[in-house]
Amino acid sequence: MSLAPETLKSLVKAAAEQVIAKSAELTALDQAIGDGDHGANMKRGFEAVLGKLDAISALPPAEALKTIGKTLVMTVGGASGPLYGSFFLAAGDALANKELPADLVDVFGSGVKAVSSRGRSQAGEKTMLDVLFPVLETLQSGAIGTGLIARVRTTAREAAARTAPMRATKGRASYLGERSIGHVDPGARSSCVLLDAVCDTLEARS
Amino acid sequence: MTDTVGIVIVSHSKDIAKGTADMVRQMVGSEVKVAFCGGNPDGGLGTNVPLIIEAINKVWSPKGVAILVDLGGAETNSEMAVEMLQPDRRDRVVVCNAPIVEGAVMAATEAAGGSSLEQVRAVAEELSAA
Repeated sequence: MSLAPETLKSLVKAAAEQVIAKSAELTALDQAIGDGDHGANMKRGFEAVLGKLDAISALPPAEALKTIGKTLVMTVGGASGPLYGSFFLAAGDALANKELPADLVDVFGSGVKAVSSRGRSQAGEKTMLDVLFPVLETLQSGAIGTGLIARVRTTAREAAARTAPMRATKGRASYLGERSIGHVDPGARSSCVLLDAVCDTLEARS
Repeated sequence: MTDTVGIVIVSHSKDIAKGTADMVRQMVGSEVKVAFCGGNPDGGLGTNVPLIIEAINKVWSPKGVAILVDLGGAETNSEMAVEMLQPDRRDRVVVCNAPIVEGAVMAATEAAGGSSLEQVRAVAEELSAA
């Protein structure tokens, strides 16, 4: 089974719309520990993605992911552009000779690895990787199907919440040192929002 | 005129980028090619991959291009821009780990003497090691 164009379209649409809807919350989180532009940057990037939605959905899934990645890189205007952009570019590359959902772990894992190398960051540094790595582990641990979507959603939400007590050692928040403790990381939250939207859409369609 | 390493200044603020470029021109002269960019695609504070690519190509030299950046996103976006260059140019562009104003002046001074990209980078990065 491969990813049907209408499924791809509804996934991209839902993810983009949710990030745009939550942009004020993302900005508020980023004002606490960053430079306060994460919501606006993500909104700009995903509005550009929505603007190309029909063209993106008409592409083969691998090309669609790469186009999303490139669009984010070219329009976001903050570090989240290359980070999310690299995720989708690498996931698209990985998907080129693979299929979803069978090779989901490989495809998602390639994206996570690209974020890690782009940001020169690992788990535990209060970043989006603190959501992406746990979700990858959840995907690795279970067969596609029963309950996996719910487990991914729970993992993402709990992982994002766990960034609050962490001390940032990467990105702008690291300048705050101890003062970064107590706030959820905006990148972890935006990753959670995207994953939530994907989970909701897949559940509604299954 | 012999080729010199090109200098690109990438700041979140277009004013800082322009001001830094002005300082380089006044202190080093016009023999080094300097380009600058700043601001996100909407004109607010931030950085912008297409503008960085444009700036690199504007000062392109066979000797290469050194990029000076301010904060996190400027570095990440600059690295992304370098990867999106045509393949034969990618290896000849470096993002320097140096303070933006001092790094740009030092890098341009070194470049003006006809130094290699590696030397230009090393001089700029000495500022961070100190």
